[in-house]
Amino acid sequence: METLWFVIVALMLATYVVLDGFDIGAGIIYLIVGRTPAERKAVLHTIGPVWDGNEVWLLAAGGTLYFAFPLLYASSFSGFYLPLMMVLWLLMLRAIGIELRNHVPSLVWQGFFDVVFSLASALLAIFFGAALGNVIRGVPLAADGYFFEPLWTNWRVGAQNGILDWYTVLTGIVALVALTTHGALYVIRKTEPPISTRARRVTLVIWPVLLVVTLLSLAATMYARPQLLDNYHAYPLGLLVPFVVAAALGMILHGALAQKERLAFAGSTLYLAAMLVGAAFALYPNVLPASTDAAYSLTIYNTAAAHYGLTIGIIWWILGMILALGYFFFVYRMFRGKVKLEAEGEGY
Amino acid sequence: MDSALLVDRLHFAFTVTFHYLFPQLTMGLAPLIVVLKSLAIWKKDENYNAAARFWAKIFGINFVLGVVTGIPMEFQFGTNWSHFSRLAGGVIGQTLAMEGMFAFFLESAFLGLFLYGEKRLCQRAHWATAVAVFLGSWLSGYFIIATDAWMQHPVGYMRAADGSFQLTSFWQLVLNPWAGWQYAHNMSGAVVTGSFVMASIGAFYLLSRKHVEHGRMFVRVGVIAACIACIFQLFPTGDQQGRMVANHQPVTLAGMEALFQGQPGAPLVIIGQPNVQERRIDNPIILPKMLSFLTYRRWNANVQGLDQFPQEVWPENIPLLYYSYHIMVGLGTIFIAVMVISVLLLWRRKLYDSRAMLWVLLLSLPFPYIANTAGWMTAEIGRQPWLIYGLMMTREGYSPRVSAGNGLFTLLGFMGMYTVLGILFLFLVRREIEQGPVWLAEKVEPLRRVAAAD
Repeated sequence: METLWFVIVALMLATYVVLDGFDIGAGIIYLIVGRTPAERKAVLHTIGPVWDGNEVWLLAAGGTLYFAFPLLYASSFSGFYLPLMMVLWLLMLRAIGIELRNHVPSLVWQGFFDVVFSLASALLAIFFGAALGNVIRGVPLAADGYFFEPLWTNWRVGAQNGILDWYTVLTGIVALVALTTHGALYVIRKTEPPISTRARRVTLVIWPVLLVVTLLSLAATMYARPQLLDNYHAYPLGLLVPFVVAAALGMILHGALAQKERLAFAGSTLYLAAMLVGAAFALYPNVLPASTDAAYSLTIYNTAAAHYGLTIGIIWWILGMILALGYFFFVYRMFRGKVKLEAEGEGY
Repeated sequence: MDSALLVDRLHFAFTVTFHYLFPQLTMGLAPLIVVLKSLAIWKKDENYNAAARFWAKIFGINFVLGVVTGIPMEFQFGTNWSHFSRLAGGVIGQTLAMEGMFAFFLESAFLGLFLYGEKRLCQRAHWATAVAVFLGSWLSGYFIIATDAWMQHPVGYMRAADGSFQLTSFWQLVLNPWAGWQYAHNMSGAVVTGSFVMASIGAFYLLSRKHVEHGRMFVRVGVIAACIACIFQLFPTGDQQGRMVANHQPVTLAGMEALFQGQPGAPLVIIGQPNVQERRIDNPIILPKMLSFLTYRRWNANVQGLDQFPQEVWPENIPLLYYSYHIMVGLGTIFIAVMVISVLLLWRRKLYDSRAMLWVLLLSLPFPYIANTAGWMTAEIGRQPWLIYGLMMTREGYSPRVSAGNGLFTLLGFMGMYTVLGILFLFLVRREIEQGPVWLAEKVEPLRRVAAAD
């Protein structure tokens, strides 16, 4: 039962990263691919109707984490106190950047919110990457299941680490680069030249960087936390993951070069999903490893809620999921197709 | 009081109070927008469609603010109240997660369609998206109330050996009797805000002689809805809520009324200042025996006073509790008077020309917000010193590793951020009100579609 909920929470988080990833990515490249006010408006059009729904996956995943693994939620949210609060502020700034920009037809107003939106998107990508880096590297848990990390200490991977050290900065950069790629490929799919041409140029420039930081992060993870390889030794099936990542990278490059938009976007989706599955696979059954003493690590077993609640949760979770997928299918169908430059008049 | 505890309490109080300024209007406006949209289709009158579109714009701005200030609420259970989350997450995590799964997905999926999809949808489908948004926002309200109701009146749980609370009955949690009346009271409170705002803006248009046609419509719909909601707010919902408090939290009731001495035939204090040191009310104006009657329907019933409970379970801040409760009840009574008179004038066809009454409606705008906030303060301050009533103290629930300094840092950050958000909100809403519905109708222009489609 705990394993099932581990899979569910991991899948919901992966869905969040894939979905909100493309609108965060579109935000990162927003100022580069959209030069004129009309072009910027067109880029916003591509994410306008869906970004809020995408972000709900974060809330739904957070809520599910809360009820399925209360101790994990309590320990990690209070331990990562400062960066989480900053994530909240960034989410707020990004949301008002998107939503309030078009309410006032003024170049000053819109120019201001354009920068707010783009900057908040880029910082969010880095924060999320660093957060995942923290979970993989481990945190200084004490015997009572709590910890508190300052933002940085000595930038080294050790027992008394901060949120930021060289390893988590690296994972932050990986997330930034990966979401930039993902967002650029989404923008290519949803726009026409000249916006899509610029987004394609971004993809071709960023792809080699993505390849390098992916390899670097792999090497760094093996150095910073060699125990993560245990699961791969125990269950060789997991070794498929690196191959999927490699194939996804190939799909992105081939799709971008041969102008196969769908293939390229499928590639970046697969890349994000495979990286996250790989991390979850390596962590299991740990959910928050301790950098202090392995005995203090939080696992799915010592953090889960009681069985009755988990069982009843499965029932309503499946029901809710069916409904949610229904809405998503409907909304994406309503807003399918390319956004044209002259599409004025509606809110987006 | 340990200062980290104080900071964490202020942190939650500040963020939740600011947050709830927005959902109360979205939840209150949602059914009114459905009403306007239905009238547009039923009467084939495009004026109602323009009105629905205008309120949808106000709704949309409010919704954004509600979402961005709401996300921190879900986070704060973990960041600032980790020990509470650790112990109670297995129970209240259920309702909070269900809010995400059932309400947020529904709301977010259809809000985009409702706000921006009118051209792509036929009128009936557009009406359906308005209903979906209404259902989503009201469902969201229920799950939050069910969460709070469990903290006020815990049911369907058992306590494990490690002190954590484990769910034993899903249906008891979801159908908590406390949640039913609290929900009805809270939602009609939201409708009070929504309808007062609508009537107030209508009065503004009539007094400034702009958008007169819509001004009348807003006053009419707003006043009728407000009158129903205000009366429903007192009876049965407020009355039943009060009796629940009397039955399950008698010490809270004593604190709300600042009834220091329990007595048969207890009086109701209308105005007066609680003097906790001297255990009495200063400068009281009272209605004799009224409290006994209202609580137990008998003039000489015995009402328990604070003296009958040990002081460590008294609500910690009795004056604030007393004032919150009295401000809520006092404003609620005035609301009923204002709206009953308005409806009578409307019925006699005098309201649109009664400048005095229109001024009253215009200036009434902030007061439903104050009443709703005071109501929530009554519920939450009244529950103190308990975090989960009778089971877990507030001082046992906060995050043990988050220092007061870190908490204050983010509290100040939120204060700054929310100041900016508040200014942006007022600026944008003022613009929309200035432009008004007619301008909007000219701009979007699919006005004759209903007539053409039917």
